[in-house]
Amino acid sequence: MNEDTRLRTPLGRAVGLGSAKEGVAHWWAQRVTAVALVPLVIWFVIDIIALTGSPRGAVVAWLHAPFPAIATVLLLIAVFYHMALGLQVVIEDYVHSEWLKISAIVLNKLVAFALAAAGIFAVLRIAFQG
Amino acid sequence: MSHAQRPLSPHLQIYKPQLTTVLSIVHRATGIALAAGTILLVWWLLAAAIGPDAFATAQAFWFSWIGRLMLFGWTWSLMYHLCNGLRHLAWDAGWGFELKQAYLSGWIVVTASVVLTVVAWVAGYAVRG
Repeated sequence: MNEDTRLRTPLGRAVGLGSAKEGVAHWWAQRVTAVALVPLVIWFVIDIIALTGSPRGAVVAWLHAPFPAIATVLLLIAVFYHMALGLQVVIEDYVHSEWLKISAIVLNKLVAFALAAAGIFAVLRIAFQG
Repeated sequence: MSHAQRPLSPHLQIYKPQLTTVLSIVHRATGIALAAGTILLVWWLLAAAIGPDAFATAQAFWFSWIGRLMLFGWTWSLMYHLCNGLRHLAWDAGWGFELKQAYLSGWIVVTASVVLTVVAWVAGYAVRG
C-alpha cells in the first residue's frame, strides 16, 4: 500500500480495531455461538418432541442424565449469548437517542444474564436433586 | 448543525420488496420472536425444577389453544432462523453469493422451514398419541 493512502495511525493499524473500536469481536462471537447452536438446537428439538405431553417425572428423568443436563446448560449459554448479541444489533439499528440506546443495551445484557442464570439453575437443580 | 435540513437517503419503503430483502428482515423478526420465546423456555425449565403443581400449570398453558399457537409460531421461527442462519454461515464462508444461488438458497430456506415445522408438529402429535 502507498504511504500516502494510509489514513490510519501506526498504532491504529497495529491494534486493528477499526472505527467501531471493538474490531470483529461481536461479529465473531455471533458466528461462534451460531455454529454451537446448530447441533444443540437440533438435539434439543428432537428430545423435546419426544417429551411432548409427558408428565414431570419424564422431564426430570431426562435432565437427571448427564448428557441432556450438560447439553441443555450449553444450549442455554449459547442461546442467551447469541440472543444478547443479536438484540444489541437491533437496538443499535433502531434506537437513536444515545442514553436510551445505552440503557437498552445494558438492560438487554442484564436480562440475558438473568434468564441464563434462571435456566441453568433449573437444569442443575433437576440434575442434582431430581 | 445537527438540525440542518440536509437531504436524506431514501429509506426501505421506497424499494420494491424482493425475496432476498424479505428473508433478511424475517431473519431479524424471527430472532426477536425467539428472544421473547426464551422467557417461556426458562419458565418451563423452572416449573419442572420447582415441582408437580408448577409443572402442571406450565403444561396446561402449553396445551391451551393460545399456548399451541405461540408454540407453533416459535417452531416455525426456530426452523426458519436455523435454516437461514446456516445460509448466513455459508455466505460468511464465501459460498453462494451469486444472485441465482442467493435466490435458490432463499427458496430452499423457506421450503425447509415449512417442512421442518410440519414434521415437528406431526411428530409431536404422534408422540402424544
